[in-house]
Amino acid sequence: MSLLTNTYDVHKGEFETAGDASASIKRKLKQLGVDSAVLRRVAVASYEAELNLIIHSLGGQLTMEMNPEHIVLISKDVGPGIADIDKAMQEGFSTASEEARVLGFGAGMGLPNMRRNADGFAIESQPGIGTTIQMEFRLK
Amino acid sequence: MTIRELIPVLDARVLCGDDKLDQEVKTACGSDLMSDVLAFVKDKTVLITGLTNVHVMRTAEMLDIHCVVFARGKVPSEEILEEARELGIVVLATEHTTYTACGLMYVAGIRGTNERSGAHA
Repeated sequence: MSLLTNTYDVHKGEFETAGDASASIKRKLKQLGVDSAVLRRVAVASYEAELNLIIHSLGGQLTMEMNPEHIVLISKDVGPGIADIDKAMQEGFSTASEEARVLGFGAGMGLPNMRRNADGFAIESQPGIGTTIQMEFRLK
Repeated sequence: MTIRELIPVLDARVLCGDDKLDQEVKTACGSDLMSDVLAFVKDKTVLITGLTNVHVMRTAEMLDIHCVVFARGKVPSEEILEEARELGIVVLATEHTTYTACGLMYVAGIRGTNERSGAHA
């Protein structure tokens, strides 16, 4: 059972507020005394997921759940879905817009970086439906 | 090395964080690509960049980067400096290019990291 659940709406194309959700998650977990190394991994993965929602999705939600053993991050969007997940998981593969690249993002590092930072990583996607990513971080 | 000791190495000036210059510097990363910064940065890192948008500070916040150096004479906007002040990040500016700034820091003994950050680095 989760002790704490926070959900944030993340909108397509809203670069201005990119990072707000992840900063809020990081600050909450810091207040709760989460170890700084774990906290940094959660923050990086969360920020990557949030940026992906802004850059690639039609909009979605980022949810953070915490229980005594784990922190769980869930990114769920309403499309457009990923046609080839294996390709999307490759470093350097990117379909990001010029707008994202000008801001310093969209280098094709996001998904692999999320997987690397999390202790558990699962992605499911259906073109036309959406993408769900679940990441788990062990607290002990 | 401390951030204070880094200032003469880079011929830098302090744009904010005067009271936080005695923090240790362990490693550094030079990039305009925040995606790469997110994949490589570790603890007590200085970020050298030519990118002057607010996402630089956001990226620094996520990674606990405690010092950002703006290279090639670029000066960030007051909005960005305000964000840095709120986050407690030291901001330096140097006239050197990113390449030269990185070289000067390397010669001074600050190494980069080739290892990926993360749980499965």
